[in-house]
Amino acid sequence: MEMIVASTIGVLTAGGVYLVLRMRAFPVIVGLALLSYAVNVFLFSTGRLATDAPPILNKYGDATYSDPLPQALVLTAIVISFGMTAVLVMISIGSYLEADNDEMALIDEEAPPDAEFEAEAQAEEEAARARASLSEADAADEEALKGLGV
Amino acid sequence: MRDGTVLAIIAILPFLGALVPGVMIRAGRNACATFAAVPTALALLLLLTQAPAVMRGEVLTTSFEWFPQVGLSVSFFLDGLGLLFGMMILGVGLLITLYARFYLSGDDPMGQFYTYLLLFQGAMLGIVLSDNILLLLVFWELTSLSSFLLIGYWKHLPEGRQGARMALTVTGAGGLAMIGGMLILGNIVGSYNLTDILAQGDVIKESEWYLPALILILIGAFTKSAQFPFHFWLPHAMAAPTPVSAYLHSATMVKAGVFLMARMWPALAGTEAWFYLVATTGLITMVLGALIALFKDDLKALLAFSTVSHLGLLTMLLGFGTKAAAVAAVFHIINHLTFKAALFMTAGIVDHEAHTRDIKRLGGLAKLMPITATIGTITALSMAGLIPLNGFISKEMMLEEAAHTKWFENPWIVPALATLGACLSVAYSFRFVFHVFAGPVRDDYPAKPHDPPFGLYASPALLTILVVAFGLMPHLAEPLVRVASDAVVGYETKAYLKLWHGVTPALYMSGIAFVVGAILLYLHGGLERMWNALPRPEAKVIFDRLVTGAVRSAEAVIFTLHNGIMSRYLAILIVVTLAVGYFAFSTADMLPPTREMLPVPPFVFVVWFGLLVATVLVVTQHHNRFRALVFISVIGLSISGGFVYLSAPDLALTQISVETVTILLLLLALYFLPKHTPRDSSDLKRTRDAVIAIAAGVGVTALAMVFLTRDFSSISAYHLANSYEGGGGTNVVNVILVDFRGYDTYGEIIVLGIAGLMIYAMMDALLRGPAAKRLRDRDFAPDRSRDRHPLMMVVATRALLPIAMMVGIYFFLRGHNQPGGGFIAGLVVSIALLTQYMASGFAWAQLRQRVEYHTLIGWGVLVAGLTGVGAWLAGKPFLTSAYGYLHFPPIEEFEWATAIAFDLGVFLAVLGAVMLMLYSLSRIARFAGETVNVEPMDYDPSAANQEKSDEKAASQEGQ
Repeated sequence: MEMIVASTIGVLTAGGVYLVLRMRAFPVIVGLALLSYAVNVFLFSTGRLATDAPPILNKYGDATYSDPLPQALVLTAIVISFGMTAVLVMISIGSYLEADNDEMALIDEEAPPDAEFEAEAQAEEEAARARASLSEADAADEEALKGLGV
Repeated sequence: MRDGTVLAIIAILPFLGALVPGVMIRAGRNACATFAAVPTALALLLLLTQAPAVMRGEVLTTSFEWFPQVGLSVSFFLDGLGLLFGMMILGVGLLITLYARFYLSGDDPMGQFYTYLLLFQGAMLGIVLSDNILLLLVFWELTSLSSFLLIGYWKHLPEGRQGARMALTVTGAGGLAMIGGMLILGNIVGSYNLTDILAQGDVIKESEWYLPALILILIGAFTKSAQFPFHFWLPHAMAAPTPVSAYLHSATMVKAGVFLMARMWPALAGTEAWFYLVATTGLITMVLGALIALFKDDLKALLAFSTVSHLGLLTMLLGFGTKAAAVAAVFHIINHLTFKAALFMTAGIVDHEAHTRDIKRLGGLAKLMPITATIGTITALSMAGLIPLNGFISKEMMLEEAAHTKWFENPWIVPALATLGACLSVAYSFRFVFHVFAGPVRDDYPAKPHDPPFGLYASPALLTILVVAFGLMPHLAEPLVRVASDAVVGYETKAYLKLWHGVTPALYMSGIAFVVGAILLYLHGGLERMWNALPRPEAKVIFDRLVTGAVRSAEAVIFTLHNGIMSRYLAILIVVTLAVGYFAFSTADMLPPTREMLPVPPFVFVVWFGLLVATVLVVTQHHNRFRALVFISVIGLSISGGFVYLSAPDLALTQISVETVTILLLLLALYFLPKHTPRDSSDLKRTRDAVIAIAAGVGVTALAMVFLTRDFSSISAYHLANSYEGGGGTNVVNVILVDFRGYDTYGEIIVLGIAGLMIYAMMDALLRGPAAKRLRDRDFAPDRSRDRHPLMMVVATRALLPIAMMVGIYFFLRGHNQPGGGFIAGLVVSIALLTQYMASGFAWAQLRQRVEYHTLIGWGVLVAGLTGVGAWLAGKPFLTSAYGYLHFPPIEEFEWATAIAFDLGVFLAVLGAVMLMLYSLSRIARFAGETVNVEPMDYDPSAANQEKSDEKAASQEGQ
């Protein structure tokens, strides 16, 4: 049984990680859902596995119980992870509607190297322009100061 | 040891006072300055009341615990050194307050100035009074920060901003080094208490960690005190208003480093390393500073480099490590303060009245501003070290010490360089006097100079009186010097001061300095041409290049790791985690397995296989988003089944109900999102991601396997044992949620509520923003089902609603003793309500909704909170639960527990949050042109019958 649980956690983690590494918001959310399953089961199993031993106290004599503490923690974790998924979904809808695109990148990774180079050069140029305007402003400051005689 | 509670009051006064000027500025500039002076004056007064005791050699201490776990306590102590510095900081602070009132123009925000000044003053005072080196570090950093504000006070000047930034960078970096040094020191001694550390000097010096600690602490002190090669920030800090320069560079900021070296003297001084590091640095700084000062035309720059030089002198004296040198250093600290503060203020007055500080444009001011000239001349001559002024005495003492100091067995290099420094010092001091005040009156000053109002020259005049008084009657300063130098060296020094020491080598050296200095001034014009022709490294350029380089390399790392693609960040995160995990896994000692594995029944195997297949399908088919959701729900259901089998009924119930709402949520979201994920990763990236993913999966499996097959001890036995007796419930999981860890749960329902409100707020913002138009223009029609509100579904959900509600209430009521509880009940009721939305449409259901979901969240948190507060009324801590039994004769015994009220709060909050989230998504749909259906279903057969009967009735009435 331990093998079953451990491999389930592993498979869910692997699937979750792969989907989380995608470039679009929706698969990432699905991946996070898979990861939440994995984490929840993982946390639950830290209490070790037991069958036919729910942590409901038996009034008639001693019985063995499974560990209740991880269960309580996982119970709230399940509910909270739903809340977080909902927030993420809302964010992704928002960004999709605003940008008409649900890509999760500020730049295009798969762009050909030439384009990347051009973009870099453009950024460089912009930075230079910004620097120039900044030094112009500084020069103006200095002029003004000279005027004040400071 | 005396009780020093008053020290805490003294230390806190400037900080409290810092709040005042900002408020008082509306009452006018005079009121503002007056009220800024009050806390300083009060603190000074309190300090002076303690002076007699300190003069008798007593030490005042006081201590409060702050953070005992790390050894940080609010401890203050006052000995001679602290008293000296305290008086300097507060006394000069008072003079600067007066001077600044007249110096600052009407356009400068004066309230801010005094606030910064008092903050800085408080930080400095904290440094000199601290008896805990961690506390000292806190104040040390505070001086760096508050001096940044002061230096950059004229934020409109680029020099001011750059100077402030440079000062902060240099002193802040030094502060970091010092933190390291102090921590090492604390570790050697085993206490962060300064008094303990000072008493353990021998232990420290023998420790193998002595050298690293010394070097780190010295970096801190050298950066603060502008010692070579960190001296460059000080001249750039001159962009500050002159009162700031006068305060920071005579009495306080730069003296903090000197103070620290003096303070740590018993613990660190007296070794070869100390001598060669400190004395050599001081010597170089002294000569270099004096040399540069000679060729500066800006009055403040001249004074700045002279300050650097004098700080070098002080450092060198402390570096000598002898008793007499320490006495000389203490006396020179006082003397430097008096003449340098007065000189800075004089420079400020000249600047204020003549509108220039350029020596080349000045001269002949003695006739135009005689008072200022008198003050400036006397103090400058003291700086030159001329008899009978106080500067002469301490310089004699310095030369005397230098005269018999050997440097690597070389007897003449230290005296020679010290004399050279003195020559240069005489030269630049004379230049200050002769090129500014002496000479013919010119007619090309930018403004017509005249003596300033009394308020502006009162402060430097007072200091000038001290300069003369300490020179003629050094015994006036003797008690203070004695008690301070006793504190520096840690035993009685019997220091005595006198003006005339007789004809000694030091006197010859002074004589040489005087003559050479005069000659140097005479040759100044020619020397200056030579100086300007020499290539010199420009510190600011080097500093700027270093900063740019640091920024570039930081960018190179950051922009490679964080290039704007989320996928890359996450991949790095996962790979690093895996690497760390692998390292731990491979280096740890693994105990053999102790648990036997449970058997696997065939149906479990079948479910497991189903889950595996579903996961693989989610991953491979994720491009079709709808299909991925279907497989996801298979996984969720399998996990619920797993929880049932593995004795976690509460989890199973929660999982299955959360699963339902999650899938509903994702389906709703999918309505607005593209239905298909395009394939936009290259094969390489996909392979790479797959490798990472499989590695992560294998790692987690191995980890889970390792702990699953080993026994462990946990605190759960306590919960099991006390659940019934303490919490009154037999469902231990629920008792943990509402009782043992009720605070956790309380926090969690608040988080859930916030998530709900956040989604609502985002939706609202979205519908008001540019996305709203896009939504309205979007055509969702092709995806629509033709029979959107089918009869069968409407009827079935209506019939189900009361049953589902009843199940929810049942789960809620029995939750304390059997699987169930507020979370599960809230989810079940949410699902029951959601089915109505699904069957008859959002708008139709919305019209029949009586309670606002926001209110539900609020009530939930409130009810849970009030239940917790109720425990207070019974005199118990927050969220303690109570329970009891009621017995109505015909019915069986009935249990009541306050925990159920808490669970009611949980129930309401969960219901409100879940409904609010889905409601928000549906509202977008409504906005996107979803029609409102007035009828509960698209085709209602009973309505048709009704029409018929209505017609019949109408026809009957007609008859």
